[in-house]
Amino acid sequence: MDGLIKLENLRTRFHTEDGIVNAVNGVSYEMAQGEVLGVVGESGCGKSVHALSIMRLIQIPPGEIYDGEIWFDGRDLLTLDEKEIRQVRGRDIAMVFQDPMSSLNPVYTIGFQIVEALTLHTDLNKKAAKERAAELLSLVGIPEPEKRLDNYPHQFSGGMRQRAMIAMALSCEPKLLIADEPTTALDVTIQAQIVDLVIRLKEELGMAVMWITHDLGIVAEMAHKINVMYAGYIIERGSAQDIFKRTKHPYTMGLLGSLPKIDDAPGTKLFSIPGLPPDLVKLPKGCPFFARCAYRKEQCKTEMPPLEEAENESHIVACWRWREIQAGEIQ
Amino acid sequence: MTSEKSVLVQVRNLKKYFPVYSGLLFRRHVKDVKAVDDISFDILKGETLGLVGESGCGKTTAGRTILQLYKPTSGQIIFDGVDLASLQENEVRRMRQRMQMIFQDPYASLNPRMTVGSIISAPLDVHTSMNSAEKRDRVQELLRIVGLNPDFVNRYPHEFSGGQRQRIGIARALAVSPDLVICDEPISSLDVSIQAQVVNLLEELQEKLGLTYLFIAHDLSMVRHISDRMVVMYLGKVMELADRNEIYLRPLHPYTKALISAVPIPDPDKAAQSNRIILEGDIPSPINPPKGCNFNTRCPIATEECFVVDPEYRELAPNHFVACHHADAS
Repeated sequence: MDGLIKLENLRTRFHTEDGIVNAVNGVSYEMAQGEVLGVVGESGCGKSVHALSIMRLIQIPPGEIYDGEIWFDGRDLLTLDEKEIRQVRGRDIAMVFQDPMSSLNPVYTIGFQIVEALTLHTDLNKKAAKERAAELLSLVGIPEPEKRLDNYPHQFSGGMRQRAMIAMALSCEPKLLIADEPTTALDVTIQAQIVDLVIRLKEELGMAVMWITHDLGIVAEMAHKINVMYAGYIIERGSAQDIFKRTKHPYTMGLLGSLPKIDDAPGTKLFSIPGLPPDLVKLPKGCPFFARCAYRKEQCKTEMPPLEEAENESHIVACWRWREIQAGEIQ
Repeated sequence: MTSEKSVLVQVRNLKKYFPVYSGLLFRRHVKDVKAVDDISFDILKGETLGLVGESGCGKTTAGRTILQLYKPTSGQIIFDGVDLASLQENEVRRMRQRMQMIFQDPYASLNPRMTVGSIISAPLDVHTSMNSAEKRDRVQELLRIVGLNPDFVNRYPHEFSGGQRQRIGIARALAVSPDLVICDEPISSLDVSIQAQVVNLLEELQEKLGLTYLFIAHDLSMVRHISDRMVVMYLGKVMELADRNEIYLRPLHPYTKALISAVPIPDPDKAAQSNRIILEGDIPSPINPPKGCNFNTRCPIATEECFVVDPEYRELAPNHFVACHHADAS
């Protein structure tokens, strides 16, 4: 697979009244064409901010992308001017957000909003754009698309709004679709519909998908690669098999352990990670997981562990002690 | 519903309709939102009964109606032998000492202008005649029970994280030593690692204090983890009720089957094997529920009968109740 996008040492921070919030702290990885990347982590781990940084949608100020490179199509997105990045946005890279109600404009019809995206990024005239918009709605499984074009967002259900958002994102056949918690606000049966839809569209259109979520279950099913993020760092990265079956980082282990299992006996205790994620204003010098880690040692407090290869080249982990934990030398 | 455990709450044919009015000058009662439409089940002493369903299925309304926070449209709620509908307002209030609630949103359910101490002691003001020293001791004891530092009594809610706030909500619910605690999505706004902390706490407290829980949530795997038995609701009606394992391993209702299969499995091998049932369409509006079975618009096995006759809610296998014409226990 050829490379599609490459992040190198991306760092984003926000200047706030309480101090500097270090949201993304040196994120590097590469995504191949047609790849499905799952980005998982809890609130405040930087998963959304890193995606918004790729789209250059960080508000500056208070935000600031202060280091790093994002290589896409032979260009560093961080060096583009506003006009150039606008052409990338929507056409090459499209994004779907968590809350479809607040991402759609309530005073315009769905059709108007899709046609707007099409006329901005393609040569289609109004009439052709409208036909294409209807096609897109039917592509995402909305019945009677021609009629639905004249509906306003409030006439759509939550699941249909998200479908409309996906239709809009796909309007210019992007190479990369970033889906930022697109199903978090939806019910499970509707979530299953949307996941199914995106996977089908990915196959049909050959685009790459970055799926950002806190739900490990979703990425287990669909992702080729998974980035686990914590406090603005990638702390583990690998294939679904690597992350779920050959887990290396204590935080990933903790996350997996805190999920209920189908075959739990009654009264089984869930594993819970003690404490809270660190304050991003006062990040510890060493490993960000230090305060909550059961395996911590002195070195972890003072030195941030680098991401290093674990077992196979697709699997990397940032932990000083993964070898010892693996070997069962420490409990 | 036979069991060695005794029954704490009996819910019988409970209905809660919210009226919809129309017209500017002469507001007429035109239709009803049938949020809860004829549901019956028992809550046993000391058990956790999980109540699951998607948004708009009436699970929260059911919980609130059981607490008499909403007046039922019809039906009975018998709490420890007493029909709550027959009670006067002040008697209901006294009864509420024995049933408390934990709310979904730990940000909205705590008054930001009150200290943690006064939040937790509010139920004590209402329901007990403790003096202030006794109250202070009780509050500190409660904070300790839920795993917070007792010195936090004078802090305000904004100084706490989501998980800690939920602990404050739990302490408040436990202040008057209730028998029944209705947990309305207590973990859905929390992060995964914090959810496990709160669920473990709830389980510990149940063991220690002999609590009975009605645990309302949409997260099936977590409900299955914490529950002894589970109720599945859809559009105001109970679709299925059974023991936690029974309902997971042998779901009889097509909706339950779809719901269980829709839960993403955090294991790539098992996920690859699973046969996902994808339901088509959306949940209909509870103002205009379909004729016949409520689920007929999305049901993969619906027949003509399902569009005409509302299926009877019946015990198809021992302690396994289901409302479907085509459910087959064999």
